[in-house]
Amino acid sequence: MNTNTMSYKTKQFLMFAGVTTAVFVAVVIIPFIYGIYLTLTSWDGVSLSKPFVGFENYTSAFADAAFWSALGRTFIYTFIAVILVNVVAFILAFLVTSGVKGQNFFRAGFFVPNLIGGIVLGYVWKFIFNRAFVAIGTSLSVGFLSNSWLATTKGAMLCLIIVSVWQYAGYMMLIYVAGFMSVSNDVIEAAKIDGCTNMQTITHISVPLMVSSFVQCLFLTLTRCFMVYDVNLSLTKGEPFNSTVMAAMHVYNQAFTYKKFGLGQAEAFILFVVCAVVGVLQVYVGKKAEVSA
Amino acid sequence: METLNEKAARQQKIMGVLKFVLLVALFICFVFPFVLVVINVFKLKADITLDPLAIIGTTKGFTLENFPNAMAKMNFWSSFGNSACITILSTIFTLLLASMAAYVLVRNNWKACGLLFGLMIASMVIPFQVLMIPLVSLYGGILGLLGHRATLIFLHVGFSLSMATFMFHGAIHTNVPIALEEAARIDGCNRWQTFWQIVFPLLKPTIATVAIIDAMAFWNDYLLPSLVLTKKELYTLPIATQVFYGTFSTDIGLIMAALLLAMLPILILYMFLQRYIVEGVTSGAVK
Repeated sequence: MNTNTMSYKTKQFLMFAGVTTAVFVAVVIIPFIYGIYLTLTSWDGVSLSKPFVGFENYTSAFADAAFWSALGRTFIYTFIAVILVNVVAFILAFLVTSGVKGQNFFRAGFFVPNLIGGIVLGYVWKFIFNRAFVAIGTSLSVGFLSNSWLATTKGAMLCLIIVSVWQYAGYMMLIYVAGFMSVSNDVIEAAKIDGCTNMQTITHISVPLMVSSFVQCLFLTLTRCFMVYDVNLSLTKGEPFNSTVMAAMHVYNQAFTYKKFGLGQAEAFILFVVCAVVGVLQVYVGKKAEVSA
Repeated sequence: METLNEKAARQQKIMGVLKFVLLVALFICFVFPFVLVVINVFKLKADITLDPLAIIGTTKGFTLENFPNAMAKMNFWSSFGNSACITILSTIFTLLLASMAAYVLVRNNWKACGLLFGLMIASMVIPFQVLMIPLVSLYGGILGLLGHRATLIFLHVGFSLSMATFMFHGAIHTNVPIALEEAARIDGCNRWQTFWQIVFPLLKPTIATVAIIDAMAFWNDYLLPSLVLTKKELYTLPIATQVFYGTFSTDIGLIMAALLLAMLPILILYMFLQRYIVEGVTSGAVK
């Protein structure tokens, strides 16, 4: 059989990848392009007509103070959360690879928060912050615990960060564990013979050889924190006084609460561009720092 | 006087104990929220308000009353069924479609293959929020398809295909020897048979990884289902837990039961498949 004809190739391609291509195009490509078109209209989500308004949505988006403060807030939140998640995850990974008894049990335990969806986690923590912490605070009469942190603007932000660290640290720990395991024992032993202390072995040998794990974890936490929505919704719902409305929630509200679909979509696009630039930059810088033994 | 070796050994031992203590302390912080939910699930509303830290309710004592009430209010079995059905079907379709597509993409250097694979890789950076508004507009406004489980399954599959295809692509590229396929062809297999009888069985580890990652994502997803499943009888578990909030009075006892019920299925599964889940998630992330 001739396998170099156009009809053979088309048949083969459609047989294996036809459905995949169709579904992928219908769910990702078409909505993406249609989304660009939507940013040029002032659609209200209900009416059949989508009045064409040119770049008006983009100018409104640039003038939308609430959007920029949500974006700034998201930057602050992401910055703190990413650092804390990775610090905690690295410490956990170090502890569970240091030959402590029952390390597999600990690994499995720290990972548990990742199994559960953000909505449920947010509600669980809402209970902890609103009731349990307050109960601990009043019974021990510790001032800063006696009132719910979720009721103050700074406290609510702190709560969001705490929950994110708790949620992602176990997952990132697994990646760092894989990193620690990939550093060969020969190199570690060589360093020890040359007189490195434990600490020096970690900072001078393990960490440089684990750069790819850091790149991986930073990328995952960055994108996840930047697009946070579920925990944001169930834990704070943007309260108090809209002080914890993150960028993704702002976009959602703009479209589905205020029915400004065109503006919401334009802001989503700005968000996408910012996220992509930050992600690519981070991976690029990280790749440059990689070394091999 | 102790020798240098003894001193080093003693230091090592102290360090070991310190590490263990630190680990246990961190572990307690990690499980603390779950423990509190479990404690309070057996108390009535008034007892929880009185003292959320007490192990047994002070006035009404131990009770199982919250469970049947919460299950009724959140339509537990119906939500659980919806979640299970949507998760299982979406995962199966993703596995089949992505592995088939990956096979044709790896083994041929046709233009269409390069284009599709390139688009898939590029699409992985698009956050869901960018597609959510056009999706609602297209599938809801224009096609009127919202409010069906099938639509959600279709969308779930569409979103997970790129990543899954990428992972199968890597697995076929490195783990499936082309000599094996040639042998199958000489024995009279056509491409279709070769794939199902030779290539697909060799992909088992990747199938497990993709299945675990995607099934967890589908099971826990909230935003997409909340946009698609517009009717109450279609709700999945994460959406169903919301019915306890936003009403006039929140019964914290029921909420505790609902949260535990929402977490329980995946925790039970984790107890049995723990090793596979941890391995799957790690290898999926490192790729």
